[in-house]
Amino acid sequence: MTTRTTILSLPKEEYVHPGNRACTGCSLGIAYRIGLKALGPDTILIVPPSCLTVLQGLFPVASTKLPSLNVTFASTAAAATGVLEALKAQGREHTKVVAWAGDGGTADIGIQSLSGAAERGDDFLFMCYDNEGYMNTGVQRSGTTPQGAITANTPFKGKMQQRKDVAAIMTAHGIDYVATASASYPLDLYDKIKKAITLKGVKYIHIHTPCPPGWGFDTRYAVKVGELAVETGYLDLYEVEKGEFRLTGASAKTLEKGTRKPVREYLQTQSRFRIMSPEQAADAQARVDATWSTYSSGEG
Amino acid sequence: MPASPILMQGNEAVAEGAIAAGARFFAGYPITPSTEIAETLSRRMPEVGGSFLQMEDEIASIAAVCGASLAGQKAFTATSGPGFSLMQEMIGFAEMAQIPCVIVDVMRGGPSTGLPTEPSQGDVMQARWGTHGEHSVIALVPSSVYECYTLTVAAFNLAEQYRTPVIVLSDALIGHMREAVTLPEPGSLRIAERGIPDCEPGEYDTVMSDLDNILPRPPLGSAFRVHVTGLVYNRRTDAPETGDPEVAGDLGRYLREKIYHHRDAIARVEEYEMKDAEVAIFAYGSVARSAKAVVKWARARDVPVGLVRPITLWPFPTLAVDRMAEQVRTVIVPEMNLKQMSWEVQAAVSGRAKVVDFGRVDGKLITPTQIEELVRAEFYYHDWSKS
Repeated sequence: MTTRTTILSLPKEEYVHPGNRACTGCSLGIAYRIGLKALGPDTILIVPPSCLTVLQGLFPVASTKLPSLNVTFASTAAAATGVLEALKAQGREHTKVVAWAGDGGTADIGIQSLSGAAERGDDFLFMCYDNEGYMNTGVQRSGTTPQGAITANTPFKGKMQQRKDVAAIMTAHGIDYVATASASYPLDLYDKIKKAITLKGVKYIHIHTPCPPGWGFDTRYAVKVGELAVETGYLDLYEVEKGEFRLTGASAKTLEKGTRKPVREYLQTQSRFRIMSPEQAADAQARVDATWSTYSSGEG
Repeated sequence: MPASPILMQGNEAVAEGAIAAGARFFAGYPITPSTEIAETLSRRMPEVGGSFLQMEDEIASIAAVCGASLAGQKAFTATSGPGFSLMQEMIGFAEMAQIPCVIVDVMRGGPSTGLPTEPSQGDVMQARWGTHGEHSVIALVPSSVYECYTLTVAAFNLAEQYRTPVIVLSDALIGHMREAVTLPEPGSLRIAERGIPDCEPGEYDTVMSDLDNILPRPPLGSAFRVHVTGLVYNRRTDAPETGDPEVAGDLGRYLREKIYHHRDAIARVEEYEMKDAEVAIFAYGSVARSAKAVVKWARARDVPVGLVRPITLWPFPTLAVDRMAEQVRTVIVPEMNLKQMSWEVQAAVSGRAKVVDFGRVDGKLITPTQIEELVRAEFYYHDWSKS
């Protein structure tokens, strides 16, 4: 059993300077700040175009203290492989190579290079922060945008398709570690990163990062919205370590408790779901129920 | 009743122009500063019974466009520099397989991620030579919101007429600018429709395009036998044939000459105040707006300056540049890149006039003041104090 991290036991060292270019209330800032604390100083970051490249700007020269490689959109995992192999050749295996990509850079344009690296077993950690759309270019739908969400180019009926389950896709690669996390539960994220960096091959962590302007909620509610996603079972915190599935943190507690809040409570916090049909909302609830029925029937 | 002017953005005008031209298929991927084209079409395409698709990247976007065009729809995509780079292989495929389609590149500062929100003209040579191998290309450069509309229509017409991909080179400034425009009456536009070959399906193998008679390709899944390949193919049968140098040479020359043979008909240029000009400004796209302001300023001071504005950048408007080279002593080429078209002008002018280049790659528009200074230097003997 790993000991659980508390706020008091987090490292004091900050790797994100105060003063960055993120939007007000952006939850990525929480995940990023805590994530870098878990990674520590001996880390190289690989980041494709995304909200994070924006966040990395400002302070006197940049907001991130760690070395960062901002690559092209389709190339995150492949660039990580190159950096990693060069470090290996130089006997610098101790340096961690960590990719941070958005959902578009992971699920859509980036999935080919990520899948290739996972199949080869390249030894790096890939973090996908999922704000469920192309927020940086003005809120367009992505592969992980949920059904029913209004975006700049799903303006009439909202997105018609279901969100793509990237964590499941990565699990299907048979890699050692796949986890989901949420910016609203930073300590759960911290522990998962700590564990992931001890394992070999591609490790994948999918972080839910609520986005106030993109999802349509007040800037002070990012943490609340993220919590509701977990409390309703819309997003589950779990890890799959060497094939073993386990709910973690708040999701494990929800399973113990045996009751979940209705998904509607999560959906109605965000204006992007304002025209969602009752059928879509019922479908969202049914999908959550179906997933959770597999949890309760299993070992949990 | 004539249409009344409306306030419109360049990117919106591209989207509306495409619909007016008969485009009913769009596939794209979000990228600044072209995103409004996709956003507009996500609303407009369903209204006109067309398809709007957001793909997983730009490679998928242009590939879907090629597929849609081959199946019989007028199809296009819109992107900016990084996406345009990703599309290059499929643009080459479209050149090779002679697929009519339109690619709108709203240029931003580069290379790579560069200056996502700032204008540039850095892709003009990529438009010409971006894909590998010998090929020809048509590229149009709008310099106003109105032209975003009309040149998109023209791009679809040229694509159909010459069975080729056509590139519209807008930029972040033109794309994001809002102007009052009076769009042409819907019926007044010439729209080139895709035909089918004027023969029986069984005779299709006996007909072949030549430079003056480019036959349409029947759609995939029709009664005609259609084979589309990126390999070198026999122009009569469309079947891959890579072992015969004569077949390869014939196709290679044809693909180039298909456009070059017609370049004087394709190339459009605006010549402004060129009648007695001693100095010409050669400027295109957003920079041409500053250049035109300078010509007006100079003419108000009786200084003989004119503007040559290529509307068609590729094929290069050699006829107009020849005329200019014979007439003026100096050609000023301001552009938001470092000498890309200036070299081309210099080659075409071939020593008949002095070529002065002025480049800017900081994401800012070349101002009239900057061009004014270059004009003043050419007329150093003019008494500027009098005017």
